[in-house]
Amino acid sequence: MFESVLITIATAATPLLIAAIGELVVERSGVLNLGVEGMMIMGAVTGFGVAITTGSPWLGVFAAVLVGAAFSLLFGFLTLTLVTNQVATGLALTLLGLGISGMIGEAFIGMPGLKLGPIAIPVLSDLPYVGRFLFAQDPLFYISILLVAGVSYFLFYTRAGLTLRSVGDNHDSAHALGIRVVAVRYAAVAFGGACAGLAGAYLSLVYTPQWIENMTAGRGWIALALVVFASWRPWRVLAGAYLFGAVSIGQLHAQVIGVSIPSQFLSALPYLATIVVLVLISRNRRLTMVNTPSCLGRPFVPAR
Amino acid sequence: MMRLELVKRPQRSALFSAVSPLIALVLTVAAGAVMFSVLGKNPLDALYYYFIDPLRETWSLHELAVKAAPLILIAVGLSVCFLSNNWNIGAEGQFIAGAIAGGILPVVFPDFQNWSVLPLMMLMGVAGGAAYAAVPALLKARFNTNEILTSLMLVYVAQLFLDWLVRGPWRDPGGMNFPETRDFHAFAILPELLPSAGRAHWGIVFAVVAALVLWFVLRKTLKGFEIRVLGQSPRAGRFAGFSAPRMVVVAFLISGGLAGLAGISEVAGAIGQLQPSISPGYGFTAIIVAFLGRLNPLGIVAAGFVLALSYLGGEAAQISIGLSDKAARAFQGMLLFFVLGCDTLIHYRIRLAGRATARRREVAQNV
Repeated sequence: MFESVLITIATAATPLLIAAIGELVVERSGVLNLGVEGMMIMGAVTGFGVAITTGSPWLGVFAAVLVGAAFSLLFGFLTLTLVTNQVATGLALTLLGLGISGMIGEAFIGMPGLKLGPIAIPVLSDLPYVGRFLFAQDPLFYISILLVAGVSYFLFYTRAGLTLRSVGDNHDSAHALGIRVVAVRYAAVAFGGACAGLAGAYLSLVYTPQWIENMTAGRGWIALALVVFASWRPWRVLAGAYLFGAVSIGQLHAQVIGVSIPSQFLSALPYLATIVVLVLISRNRRLTMVNTPSCLGRPFVPAR
Repeated sequence: MMRLELVKRPQRSALFSAVSPLIALVLTVAAGAVMFSVLGKNPLDALYYYFIDPLRETWSLHELAVKAAPLILIAVGLSVCFLSNNWNIGAEGQFIAGAIAGGILPVVFPDFQNWSVLPLMMLMGVAGGAAYAAVPALLKARFNTNEILTSLMLVYVAQLFLDWLVRGPWRDPGGMNFPETRDFHAFAILPELLPSAGRAHWGIVFAVVAALVLWFVLRKTLKGFEIRVLGQSPRAGRFAGFSAPRMVVVAFLISGGLAGLAGISEVAGAIGQLQPSISPGYGFTAIIVAFLGRLNPLGIVAAGFVLALSYLGGEAAQISIGLSDKAARAFQGMLLFFVLGCDTLIHYRIRLAGRATARRREVAQNV
């Protein structure tokens, strides 16, 4: 019982985690991409469509990653090359993604999907209590954990990570040092897009293997909130994602066993929890000030 | 290798301020034509049904006004927010909150019927939308909480709350268990302007009046100046004695109130009852309207009709040539992209530079 609850929490947390860790890298480079929801839904529809047409869920995942990255480059071109307002452009990306995915996905409504099955690691998965939770999961679960570890290592233990953070903290100094600010940001944005696409594929290939219009249901926005909640630290994103996974699974379980609270109120819980958590975090100014990339959302036009 | 280079203009270009939305529209139509041919439709047919067909008859012009009214009302309010650098993207939720608050009278007190019902409903709609917008505003002003995320989260909460109301306590007792409230009584219906000609109701009048009033406030009053200064440079605003936290609340209350008015006008005018879903995403489309109108209330009136046309055109194209009505939303998203991209031309000249020219310039600078 305990272990199966943990596993369902992981399925709810993994898409949030993957999308949020990608956005964390983007924001560390000083770019605020509010298009996570749009890139995620594009990943979901692409993953689903490619999987059912080719018969291979892995090809679906791969295509979703590519489409997510390509879609984010649209945002990159506008905000980095044409220096448009990042908030508005991110919103545009979300609206465009929801529109295009609805159009593409119309053909897929009601079709049975393909599920990316779990991979059990021998021996380890037989461990008591946590064996199945940690070592008999779907492959994207492992990837999500590796992503957190990898991003954490990259940001804080490599020279390239230092470069990326310096671009996010002071793009003028970075530029003066000869760092190609815009190129670094393009790379970060594309990575964020790839992660969002992967998170979308998780929804349509693992979480609910079918296509439902707007199936991201605000998860992209919750991922954005998670980055703030985690004050831009990778391992805290992991903690936050599992916390949110627990809230949304908790409310689902409550709906199933028929708690006398109306189901709509329970469904609203994850959104309300997001607001509460954001308030709690932002009240603590010191915590947010220290870690917020100081160039977050600020346009950069190199002086020539 | 070629690349784009931005050169800052000494001052904003008046020419491009005026024509950049038009360039964006042309580009969107061109991209739309490509999209339609990819979908296997004759692009000229599709564009005809999208942009010309809905304009040919009086009744559909009325429908255009019905759709434009909420878009303009919401977008005019959003322009105040965006100009003052407050990112309210939860107008969809404030729209629903207004509809619910205004709906209290005809749904909960159906026997209270006289001429005062409708004005009271409108006032309660404004109050409901404003109160709902006050939540993210106060959280931002007090705790510095990101208003983008909180206002958006509240959209989902409002949708779920409305869903609960119409399926639960507010469900029409004589309505065969459909998830909808009782029909609003005659005193609670926003009248049509020309009932013999079409469905356009007073909402479009509210929208145009709101646009004119806010145009005046933004252009001709100190408050409007304060809004723009705080948006462009909070530091300069502080030196002038303007309070940024207070502006957050003012901007959100204005836009929330107008979104609430749009909500109650929609249910009292176009729908006539509350249902689980009362908006085809007006609150989000209005963001596009606001930017297409260049955050100028008068421009927003024109932009509201353009986006309303995309809704109607979507329906027309679906009926006549079987094009998915989802295409309309993709269209709207593309439009915002092009609008934002074209706005760059106002502040920058864009130059295509090859590597060679760039190097030549560097050499010239070094000499």
